[in-house]
Amino acid sequence: MDVLLQQLFNGLTVGSVYSLVALGLTLVYGILHIPNFAHGALYMVGGYITLMSMALMGVPYFIGIAISIVVVGSLAMLMERLVFNPLRHAPPIHDKIAAIGILLFLETLVQLVWGADYRAMPTPFADTVSFLGITVTWQRIMIIVAAVVVMVLLQLFLKKTMVGAAIVAMSQNREGAFLVGINANKVAMLTFFVSGALAAIAASIASPINLVYPGMGHLVILKAFVIIIIGGMGSVPGAIIGGYILGLTESLGATFISAAYSDLIAFVLLVVILTMKPQGLFAQKGAH
Amino acid sequence: MQGLKKMRMPLIFLLVALLFPLFTDNQYYIYVVTLAFIYAIAVYGMNLVGGYTGQLSLAHAGFFAIGAYALGLLTVDANVPYWLAFVLALVITTVIGTLVGLIALRTKEHFFAIYTLCVGYIIYLIIYEWDALTGGVRGLIGIESPAAIGPITFDTGISNYYLILVFLVLTVIFMKFLTESIVGRTYVAIRNSEELAQTIGINTMKQKLISFVISTFLAGLAGALYASFVRFIGPDISYTMMTFDFLMYAIVGGFGTLFGPVVGTLLIVILTQSLQFMEDFRMIIFGPLLVLLVIFYPRGIVGGYQMWKMKRAYKKKQRSVDQGSTYEGGD
Repeated sequence: MDVLLQQLFNGLTVGSVYSLVALGLTLVYGILHIPNFAHGALYMVGGYITLMSMALMGVPYFIGIAISIVVVGSLAMLMERLVFNPLRHAPPIHDKIAAIGILLFLETLVQLVWGADYRAMPTPFADTVSFLGITVTWQRIMIIVAAVVVMVLLQLFLKKTMVGAAIVAMSQNREGAFLVGINANKVAMLTFFVSGALAAIAASIASPINLVYPGMGHLVILKAFVIIIIGGMGSVPGAIIGGYILGLTESLGATFISAAYSDLIAFVLLVVILTMKPQGLFAQKGAH
Repeated sequence: MQGLKKMRMPLIFLLVALLFPLFTDNQYYIYVVTLAFIYAIAVYGMNLVGGYTGQLSLAHAGFFAIGAYALGLLTVDANVPYWLAFVLALVITTVIGTLVGLIALRTKEHFFAIYTLCVGYIIYLIIYEWDALTGGVRGLIGIESPAAIGPITFDTGISNYYLILVFLVLTVIFMKFLTESIVGRTYVAIRNSEELAQTIGINTMKQKLISFVISTFLAGLAGALYASFVRFIGPDISYTMMTFDFLMYAIVGGFGTLFGPVVGTLLIVILTQSLQFMEDFRMIIFGPLLVLLVIFYPRGIVGGYQMWKMKRAYKKKQRSVDQGSTYEGGD
């Protein structure tokens, strides 16, 4: 029973991180219909910026995260301006190739500047705590809480503010949004900023329990794609629920089926889903 | 005669390729160019399904690896004669390619790219984790060189060079006939608009599947040649980065052009090999280059060259027409 509880808790932690990454991906997809393959690179840069601002400037953990949010958000915005905006009328295959180009560039740049070593990120939440017969670090609890707080804030932002409503409006109906005077460029930039910020937060809270290295985004981004296909491309609740489902399935699968193939679970899930429903689950129900 | 004139550039290319080993004693140069030829064959596969049919398949390195591992396992572990193993490797890759294609092609655009990306990752994970079969992270060593065909042996670098050149030329000739046939135009029609292609009576699923299967066949062919040329394979060759490398070669050379894959692959492979320090950091330059190319020159070097030639021919024609009309007016 303890093992099960422990694994459920781990699944919740991992799922929180997945959800945050998938949220950024789904927001961008909802607005611009771009599957942003470079999102994993943003995640990775987010981890590095937090780590490096702590290591080089000696700032506390949370200030590091704040710096990371600003840097990665701006980076994402720059990406939209320089790459995806000029490509908005190009065939869809071009966006994907350009995104891959950005991904390769960012990864190599980080490797050039900070090396390819695996690095550990220090955290003020390294102590452990026991309850209900399981032992966890405060960091894991922090991840779960932080993810929920971020999701609630995002939801409030999208539903209660004018700017957030503009994002939702544009994802629901592009032309309709233009008609009521929404500035497409501003909304696109803002969406990319939010998406980058979410990636930075996810990476910064996940890094202390994983490690920071140039390839850290590879698996996460692939899994985030799986999640948004399960949850519906462009759907916000879908990304959140999908993230938790995948996190829990993986950590239970790793314990009760096979640890070596636990990474495979997500992809097998995706292959099965797309085999049966080529449009993905909940097709057209997302913010189309 | 007209046809010969049009094929002038490729024929010069071929002549240079044929004579190249005679002018250098450096085995390393021959090795690098041979490797580029092998990659070019794989890139032709990607170019067909991506550049012509418009389906971005990101599992390409996976099929490359399946071809390589099939050949390696059949010759090393099962002691199958080389050329039989070679044919079997192609059959295995094509069969797996057909099965994947049947399912993957039901998805469209973004879904297809994501689906194939995941398929590629599954192939990588299986090769990496299935230690008993593939040797896992250690890889396969001691794969034999291609067996002799009659009196011709393939135990030197130069003989391998010519063998692989033959395969590459055959690939290019095949692609030329395929893309200039009605089938090739069908692929372009699907790329431009799948719905429109359907309305004019094209069975898009069937055509997409055929082009996907040919592309996996070429990936398998390149993989099998790679295994017996390098004689060591590891799970790295199935990783996503390899697919991205192939994609880059295709884009730089010209996505959806006949000679793009050869030009792009040779150029980048030779460039990165001659600037050794760039090996790890080549993407600093090539990443942004990829982005710039899809924004400004989506048809790469070959496409750009064709465009320039067409514009020049058009201007020439315009000028002669202009002169002609002035002359007539003056008369």
